[in-house]
Amino acid sequence: MYVAVKGGERAIENAHRLLANARRGDQSVSEVTLDQISEQLGLAVDRVMSEGSLYDRELAALAIKQARGDLIEAIFLVRAFRATLPRFGASEPVDTGAMRVQRRVSSTFKDIPGGQILGPTFDYTHRLLDPTLAEGFVPEAPATAEASTAATPRVTDILGRDGLIESSPQAEEGASVGDLTREPLNFPADRDLRLQNLARGDEGFLLAMGYSTQRGYGRNHPFAGEIRFGEVEVEFLAEDVGFAVPLGSIELTECQMVNQFKGSATEAPCFTRGYGLAFGQSERKTMSMALVDRALRARELGEEAVAPAQDEEFVMSHSDNVQATGFVEHLKLPHYVDFQSELGLLRKLRKEFAEANAEPMKEAAE
Amino acid sequence: MDSVMQNDSQQTQRKAAMAVLAHADAGEIAARLGAIALPPHQNLREPENGLVMLRGRVGGDGAPFNLGEATVSRAAVRLASGEVGFGYTLGRDSEKARLIALCDALVQSRDFGEAVERDVIAPLREQLMIERKQVAAETAATKVDFYTMVRGEG
Repeated sequence: MYVAVKGGERAIENAHRLLANARRGDQSVSEVTLDQISEQLGLAVDRVMSEGSLYDRELAALAIKQARGDLIEAIFLVRAFRATLPRFGASEPVDTGAMRVQRRVSSTFKDIPGGQILGPTFDYTHRLLDPTLAEGFVPEAPATAEASTAATPRVTDILGRDGLIESSPQAEEGASVGDLTREPLNFPADRDLRLQNLARGDEGFLLAMGYSTQRGYGRNHPFAGEIRFGEVEVEFLAEDVGFAVPLGSIELTECQMVNQFKGSATEAPCFTRGYGLAFGQSERKTMSMALVDRALRARELGEEAVAPAQDEEFVMSHSDNVQATGFVEHLKLPHYVDFQSELGLLRKLRKEFAEANAEPMKEAAE
Repeated sequence: MDSVMQNDSQQTQRKAAMAVLAHADAGEIAARLGAIALPPHQNLREPENGLVMLRGRVGGDGAPFNLGEATVSRAAVRLASGEVGFGYTLGRDSEKARLIALCDALVQSRDFGEAVERDVIAPLREQLMIERKQVAAETAATKVDFYTMVRGEG
């Protein structure tokens, strides 16, 4: 057995050397830099930061390079890195209402205060491959216009003024904020934990779950009340300093989904809401997150929870792609002993089966 | 001015300076600081990197929840004259954290407060405002101007 382990070690070492070469590819082709990844594959970086649950563009770019562009592997690397640093504390909650908006659209109101701002978007492109991008493409400088000084209030705040939409749940005094990186997940989970789980959840999984609600598995009739992307300032109450210290700004995408009404004998009917928030420009992610957040509120809103997207334990236990890939991919690791015992059992069963079937044939022959 | 109000106004000033410095590069801060004959100072706390959990609010304005972490670098610097400055910034640039801490100490100093505002903070603020204005102008050009098509002859 010992000999086999030694042999494995050498093979592993050489496999990693081969991986390093495969990662680099043809060395006559220039090496990709972290700046190039961060600047030109920005949305991949955003996704790795969101699902890696760590805002650091440079580290996310390094992870993408190391993972040869495998984003789930990159997310895994980022998650592992965050475990190596001490945590100073938690920031003040960011104010998305004060966002320096670079994109902001609403599908519910044409004339929202502050306007519909398209920003840098794939929307309305023709999705035709562009051969001019293949090499040496220099884009035309962006157009500019007089920026308005008008505020861009959240669409949900506008609806909220007339009581047409439920208000956001406020924290109870002294309530702590749930953190699933610190405490194991228990069910039922509160909305803070659910949103944390969804914010770091796999985009593909959330997209499928959100899509399933639209197709009728937990229908809740959504409108994209507002999607906004831009920069928000972050502040951290540093005890040694004695006040909330500005740390700089981060880019966020926020989605406010406006959903079908609720009401009761004592409460006038109003729209309900689902919420999505993620690092960077992550529109598909935040829209899916908002759909799933709303679906997971089924019990709270007195809806029959029958669809997968409404099942909190199902969604929250399967949304994390690092956990999921760990369990799926562990199947390729040696299971020799497990398999030997299964094989032994199967041989025994087959022998019994053969013997049992041999008897009647013998009888029939007689 | 009583001491409480004085504290408040100094705190406002320190915070405003930090809000500018956090957006600048270490190199830019160092270059601007080069214009000042710096007083003796030492690291009160060696720069260190860590994490801050970033929080959002349910619906944007409700109860807080944990969104995900960010890397943060921090440092503390003391001037020989006694002022203690703190530096906190997103990212892992510990030299930047140290320079912010140094600036924060200088902002509080009777002798250097004015110079650091004039030679470091003000020009960096101006540069930041120019960058933000440019982004705002590029963004504004993508704002939709709806108009109604009039059918038939007016």
